[in-house]
Amino acid sequence: MNKDSQKAGRRLRFEIFRYNPEDSMSRPHLDTFELVETPYMTLFLALHRLREEQDPSLQFDFACRSAVCGSCGMLVNGRPRLACRTLTRDIAQTIRLHPLPVFKLIGDLSVDTGTWFRAMADRVESWIHAKLPFDPTAQEARMDDDLAAAIYEGERCIECGCCVAACGVANVRPNFVGPAGMNRIAAGMNRIARFMLDPRDERSGDEWFDVVSSDDGVFGCLGLMACHDICPKSLPLLEVYAFLRRKMLAAALAPRSRAQL
Amino acid sequence: MNPLVTTDVLVIGGGLAGERCAIEVAAKGHDVMLLSLVPPRRSHSCAAQGGMQAALANCAKAEGDNPNVHFLDTVRGSDWGADQEVVRIFVDQAPSAVRELAHFGVPWTRVRPGKNSYFIKGQRVEIEEPENKAGLIMHRDFGGTAKWRACYAAAGTGHAVLYAVDSEVVRLGITVRDRTEALALIHEGGRCWGAVVRCLRSGRLAAVLAKATVIATGGYGRIYGQYTTNAVINEGTGAAIALDTGVVPLANMEAVQFHPTGLMPSGILVTEGCRGDGGYLLDKDLHRFMIDMEPQKQELASRDVVCRHMMQRMREGKGVETSYGPHLWLDLRHLGEQHITTKLREVHEICLDFLGLNPVRDLIPVRPTQHYSMGGIRVNKDGHAYGMKGLFAVGEASCWDMHGFNRLGGNSLAETIVAGRIIGGRVTQFVGENSLSVSTSLAARSLAQAGQHIQGWLERAGSGPSVYAIRDAIAETMIAKVGIFRTGSELEQAVDELYTQLQLVDRAVLRSKVPGMNPELTFALRLRGFARLALVTALGALERTESRGAHYRSDHPARDDAHWLRRTLARWPQGVTKPMLSYEPVGLIDLPPGHRGYGKAESIDMKESIEDYNATVDAAWRREGAQETIESLGARMHWGAWRETQQPPQHKRAS
Ligand SMILES: Cc1cc2nc3c(=O)[nH]c(=O)nc-3n(C[C@H](O)[C@H](O)[C@H](O)COP(=O)(O)OP(=O)(O)OC[C@H]3O[C@@H](n4cnc5c(N)ncnc54)[C@H](O)[C@@H]3O)c2cc1C
Ligand code: SF4
Ligand code: SF4
Ligand code: FES
Repeated sequence: MNKDSQKAGRRLRFEIFRYNPEDSMSRPHLDTFELVETPYMTLFLALHRLREEQDPSLQFDFACRSAVCGSCGMLVNGRPRLACRTLTRDIAQTIRLHPLPVFKLIGDLSVDTGTWFRAMADRVESWIHAKLPFDPTAQEARMDDDLAAAIYEGERCIECGCCVAACGVANVRPNFVGPAGMNRIAAGMNRIARFMLDPRDERSGDEWFDVVSSDDGVFGCLGLMACHDICPKSLPLLEVYAFLRRKMLAAALAPRSRAQL
Repeated sequence: MNPLVTTDVLVIGGGLAGERCAIEVAAKGHDVMLLSLVPPRRSHSCAAQGGMQAALANCAKAEGDNPNVHFLDTVRGSDWGADQEVVRIFVDQAPSAVRELAHFGVPWTRVRPGKNSYFIKGQRVEIEEPENKAGLIMHRDFGGTAKWRACYAAAGTGHAVLYAVDSEVVRLGITVRDRTEALALIHEGGRCWGAVVRCLRSGRLAAVLAKATVIATGGYGRIYGQYTTNAVINEGTGAAIALDTGVVPLANMEAVQFHPTGLMPSGILVTEGCRGDGGYLLDKDLHRFMIDMEPQKQELASRDVVCRHMMQRMREGKGVETSYGPHLWLDLRHLGEQHITTKLREVHEICLDFLGLNPVRDLIPVRPTQHYSMGGIRVNKDGHAYGMKGLFAVGEASCWDMHGFNRLGGNSLAETIVAGRIIGGRVTQFVGENSLSVSTSLAARSLAQAGQHIQGWLERAGSGPSVYAIRDAIAETMIAKVGIFRTGSELEQAVDELYTQLQLVDRAVLRSKVPGMNPELTFALRLRGFARLALVTALGALERTESRGAHYRSDHPARDDAHWLRRTLARWPQGVTKPMLSYEPVGLIDLPPGHRGYGKAESIDMKESIEDYNATVDAAWRREGAQETIESLGARMHWGAWRETQQPPQHKRAS
């Protein structure tokens, strides 16, 4: 292949966080490994080789190995990244790996993002709130393609947790929906924005107000945008927050129907 | 989790098929527990990029489409290996399944009225989309179909659909146990009562007792090692635990689909949509060889046909040689930056991220790669497994059998939703009529057995091979000898090699015995099933002395409808060292076997009449253990409806 002969043969040094909570003998520490770099080596490839050739107890998570499933978030030299999509040639020769903070540690580099995201989904009621049931005989409701594309933009979040791990507020406030939540409310915030945009969701501005405007929502966010820079899917978290703040302000100023809720 | 849990329905697998099925059951008020190796949204369904087939006929190039045309495409695509009644059920319900997903929140790409520019057979074409279709769900072209039919959500259809469906799971409050693996089915006397499961956080075991158990564990492409587009978790444990019962057959395991465009060297899929949108395949001389091979369909012929031409090209020395083996090129450059960075954005990103190539300027190195498992747990049209009451299977793990020997692109996402819904309904009815009358001692026995199995691994010491060495040896055999071109002698070697590896499983030694989930032990527990699936696949391929769909025997190049219009069933009785193969008719035939309209036309005709063939189906299926269905055999056929399609059918009579 064109660049087949790229810098193969660099000797990489891995410093990996180790701790197995299921093992009473285990204490948090760093282990060091070495590996010779091969062409197109990603951290997916490297970690499997380390496990299969050097330390079979090493825990980490991968599923799709193609940056679509969100399983493999970890701190690579201190920065949250998707390991499967990290080419070793793009990083320093010494590679320090830690599990993502904020999430519960399962072991070594593996953390429990699933539980966190399910709780977030429950909190922001991350589903379409439709008043009418599905009618199997009816043609689909029409939607402008630009709107569909805009909703898809927010929907691209893969719940990898990188933004949440990067977020200072999420690190100190356990109920903060986090940037991911904000996307659904950015992956929390992001999530919310995605549903607000969707006309099929019949929640009013008021119904959103509780989640979004509390200190656990958009007003708890310091706006330093660590999350925006970190997101491997380049979700426009910055714009998401601006959108949420505008919406919430509008809801706060509008005559209250909240009393009836 | 408690060591003993009960529920109405245990669904093993949190991909689209499992989740859609769980929704149907939970919506009727039954208690459901859903298991998954990973949080459900990380299931492999999320990786589907291209689209989901449903004949809504919304755009100009879909005009005249309807379920009949979809039926024709699917049966032809299957090379007549499919159960035509199941295909009928599927095509009739696909449109409402897609619309239901819109209701769940999927942001389907919509029709833009007015002039749109598309690439068709490599040419930029301007097409006027009618005003009266504005905002309806859009279609794109996908290999092997007469009309544009694939509904899609930009370049992330599987992701968008899985998130929407999982949102429903959350809304309904369904109990989800992620990082939990089913290790064995709990069964007795042909009745399934749940599964023994292992927590992948702690390594602890539990028994889940259920009135009905549904296997929805997806494909098992990892038996082909790196040469697969499947996720690393697609190791086939679901099919394996069904095989372990000794009575449930796996069907058509030799029917393995390869995808023309797996990225070199990782196997990551580059979507069919690339060719659908007008991408070219080039050889090392940058020649567009598909024009010579398939003047009509060109790059858009069905997957098995394109794969074979690609392999042939590489065998002729026209591949680009690299240290990872030969590959060909996928060329998207003429589609333009705008198109590539929006409509094919995920492909653009994958090339940049994993290879450092930009498809706007660079060619993409691709080769055919294992992609889809048409075979699986044999079920009747209600999803009920042969030979085991209370066990159901759905999605890629099953052989329901709408794909026969070749699945059309976009038909499997649609299958997960359509079948999930239907089979969910059947499961609901089943649990309404049955109670949980199982002794806890059966659960205790099953649990103890699994415990001993684990203990066995932990205790075994010495100098045996590593579990990973066995895995790699199996994968090498599979890709080299049970791949795209198959011959009797290579398949015999493959079967021998796989037996050897299977025997080695019992001698393999763990090097890590740490408490907790222990990743090496976790894999070791899958290894025997993994080897058995590989073996059953190779054996099925060896015995099937014909070529049909994705199964291509160079030494038997013709499709042989006289002998092989049959489905392979493989069982592995307990205590026996070899699997047993038997055969059944594919199902009722409405559309007579004919030429697919692409690929080679060579075939041997049926000897009996279709009427005689059809008359044997019911009894033959029952003999193989098919359960009673809610509706009688053939109830959903629309005999002859395919004749109403506007397409002049190109069938020769099967006299
Ligand atoms: C890269 C790629 C792209 C594709 N693109 C398309 C496309 O564009 N259109 C299309 O129609 N089809 C496409 N397909 C095929 C389609 O995506 C799959 O066939 C379909 O998504 C399978 O869904 P499923 O629910 O059956 O299985 P999966 O989504 O694979 O889910 C399996 C589930 O089972 C769980 N599981 C497995 N074993 C166990 C166990 N022992 N215990 C507990 N849980 C278990 C897993 O955790 C997972 O939740 C594509 C496939 C691939 C590989
Ligand atoms: S901008 Fe807000 S949400 Fe993002 S990292 Fe900073 S505090 Fe967290
Ligand atoms: S918003 Fe981005 S970083 Fe955050 S979870 Fe989603 S994909 Fe990951
Ligand atoms: S393994 Fe799926 S995102 Fe990395």
